[in-house]
Amino acid sequence: MAGLAIAFGSGAMTNSIADLEESKCILVTGSNTTENHPVISTFIKRAVTQRGAKLILADPRRIDLARFATVWLRQKPGTDIAWINGLMNVIVTENLHDQAFIDERTENFDALKEVLKKYTPDYVERVTGIPAEDLKKAARLYATSGASAIVYAMGITQHINGTDNVKSLANLAMLTGNIGRPGTGVNPFRGQNNVQGACDVGCLPGTLPAYKKVTEDAERKPFEDAWGVKLLNKPGLTIPKIMDAAAQGALKALYVMGENPLMSDPDIDHVREALKNLDLLVVQDIFMNETAQYAHVILPSTAWAEKEGTFTNTERRVQRVRKAIEGPGEVRDDWHIITDIASRMGAAWSYRSAAEVFEEIARVTPSYAGITYDRIEWEGIQWPCPTPEHPGTPILHAHAFTRGKGLFSPCEHVDAAELPDKEYPFILTTGRILYQYHTATMSRRSKALVSRSPGAFVEINPGDAGRLGIADGDRVRVTSRRGSIEVSAQVSERCDEGVVFIPFHYSEAAVNRLTIRAVDPVANIPEFKVCAVRIDKAA
Amino acid sequence: MVITIDGRECTFTPGSTVYEVARDNGIAIPVLCHHEQLKPVGACRVCVVEVQGARSLVTSCAMPAENGMVVNTKSERVLKARRLSVELLLTQGHHNCLVCEQSGDCVLQSLAYELGIDAPRFSEPEGFRPVEQGNEMIVRDMNKCILCGLCVRACNEIQVNQVLDFSGRGPTADVGPAFHLAYEDSTCVFCGECVRLCPVGALYEKQGRFKSRAGEARKVRTTCEYCGVGCQMELNVKDGRVVKVTTPRWNAPAPNRGSLCIKGRFGFDFLDHPDRITKPLIRIDGELKEASWDEAIAYVADRLSSIRDTFGPDAIAGLSSARCTNEENYLFQKFMRAVIGTNNVDHCARL
Repeated sequence: MAGLAIAFGSGAMTNSIADLEESKCILVTGSNTTENHPVISTFIKRAVTQRGAKLILADPRRIDLARFATVWLRQKPGTDIAWINGLMNVIVTENLHDQAFIDERTENFDALKEVLKKYTPDYVERVTGIPAEDLKKAARLYATSGASAIVYAMGITQHINGTDNVKSLANLAMLTGNIGRPGTGVNPFRGQNNVQGACDVGCLPGTLPAYKKVTEDAERKPFEDAWGVKLLNKPGLTIPKIMDAAAQGALKALYVMGENPLMSDPDIDHVREALKNLDLLVVQDIFMNETAQYAHVILPSTAWAEKEGTFTNTERRVQRVRKAIEGPGEVRDDWHIITDIASRMGAAWSYRSAAEVFEEIARVTPSYAGITYDRIEWEGIQWPCPTPEHPGTPILHAHAFTRGKGLFSPCEHVDAAELPDKEYPFILTTGRILYQYHTATMSRRSKALVSRSPGAFVEINPGDAGRLGIADGDRVRVTSRRGSIEVSAQVSERCDEGVVFIPFHYSEAAVNRLTIRAVDPVANIPEFKVCAVRIDKAA
Repeated sequence: MVITIDGRECTFTPGSTVYEVARDNGIAIPVLCHHEQLKPVGACRVCVVEVQGARSLVTSCAMPAENGMVVNTKSERVLKARRLSVELLLTQGHHNCLVCEQSGDCVLQSLAYELGIDAPRFSEPEGFRPVEQGNEMIVRDMNKCILCGLCVRACNEIQVNQVLDFSGRGPTADVGPAFHLAYEDSTCVFCGECVRLCPVGALYEKQGRFKSRAGEARKVRTTCEYCGVGCQMELNVKDGRVVKVTTPRWNAPAPNRGSLCIKGRFGFDFLDHPDRITKPLIRIDGELKEASWDEAIAYVADRLSSIRDTFGPDAIAGLSSARCTNEENYLFQKFMRAVIGTNNVDHCARL
């Protein structure tokens, strides 16, 4: 998100899900779409099989989309800037860039051009392992289709240079004028039902609702007026820093609503130390999750089917959530619990329903200003929607970028924080699978989903497995500098030699005991996609 | 461009089929194998109409409308042909509506009723095929399959999962995964698109079996709770429980137009899992003890106030949730900023 905000001024999907079907060429990278956004993958697969769109897939794993790819670029994990710069090198060398778009809509092109010189197809092949001819083919497809879209997910962002990865994708789109029109754009897929909305309404340490900066007096002032209090002008701590502060003792209390950091965060042994060190840990959740084991207070809340409200999806569409059933026992809605705590602490809060809260959101959030529950009764509206008459915005940056001119940010390849060596010879990459979801507090309590995905596993290439004497189904021990877990081996061609994949859903074999705490300096995203591990047959 | 349907002049845009023009003008032609999200195949012949000057009856779902065309959708000839088609479908398998999940919402049942087919002229096939229920998601009762092919096309044209296809010919014709594998042994990923489009009781949700007949459950439209696609779905509620998740067969809204994945369609049963926390808990002497809401709220508020007063607001942080609603997240950050007085609020957007 940070990368797109720097390039375009707005960090969200530029286009819409349905728009992908209009695309002539789709570049998918760092997104195992068929497993993590299954329904979006249907739009991509239909574009390819029924409308003749070209699919460029850049992914270290042979994911299901590889079956549909016109070109599959199998980069080594952690070399994304190199291949993206390589594509741009070919495009500029072969004069396939859109000079008119660059002149009219962007700035800083010369600096980009300078950096690209080094990234010749041969150089890129050496860094990434992608054959030079495939790179050229992909560059030509992307630059000449007439309407090329880029889609990506955490495979791009969960690196120490994740922000630069995203900026590089933005560079590629601007270089070829593939932005602001149907079938184009730079589109991050958000992993969770309301991660877009949580960001939109200000659950980030540096931004208030609608991404207004806490550091800018003029942007902060309207909230001080609306809420009737003076607000702090210095950004707060991000999750990794919150955990560090707790471990060091500077942070005394943590209030966790519907999150499970003891599963989702990197290096969870460190997180455990941090949580144990707190004077007060409040956990508000539907289940006794891993984090709740250390809680001083647990507040039971309603699940999604038991409450009213809205979620904002990955394409910025604000949609209704409706109460279907009563929750069990004495559970309460989260808004109700927060209101009660706030009132007890002296705030004069009197919200009586989610609808009332939404009206306040619309009042203080310019991009949501025109949205009401009535307007989204049948179909959601995509922000920005500034007025009650505004139909919403399926495509951003159509005539101008949010920040005015699009900014080219030249980026250089840097190595991942931890590369394999003799002692830890494999690259470990992590992610989700179709049949489970995030920290699995819900999905492992679904009989249907558990039946398809009973336990943790590591995907390993047959060549590597053979050398280690590991057969499909064998128990293996995977060890990093931070910890060790035991899982069963899935021997398949999905991973290349030297690379293994483990999903992060399983607490008894929590892969985040192995992952590294290194983060992207701008976005503070941990490098979940690359760390070094050793694999041994379990005793 | 004008065509005449049942004596009414209807204007249309070129490229529309006769079925679409009729539908847009409020003239209902029954369809069975046709679906708006699929390419027309004209296989079941239930939608046949009479076109003046045409040699034979034509399938309206596949016939492009032409200027000046005169169409009759209800002539005796049409009804006779339609009745014969439905009679033949009824004799394909065993259509026992008594305990059928689809009863009341079945296209074949409705057609038989509308056309007044009380006793089909042809006999049912001999023998029953076992009902396939080896997985937790989808039950497959091939005794009720009429080979309309909607499941095959849903799998290939909408989801593009390429699992289902036709096999065999004539009396041995069949639909399903390759090599007659059961769904769970095939490459099926249980998106359930085939269940959504199945017009009869051949494919249905296992979790909902014998839980609610058509029309009994209250359908509550909501947004899926799993990934960021934001699929629209209907929670089918009976006796205070979600018994199954469905999506509309027709006119399904954005962004998913009726499609879901296994998580959305079949992963809702955590709702009434016994592990749900149902009462506030406070840790006393190392043990979590049940408490009243008043006690729990007072405990949290008083502890937060005292920590804020002793160590300052920045000694407190809050993790909000990418799983909760906008309303809850908004209030959470407002609480941290305006009541506690810190910007230490974040959520797992990066994870």
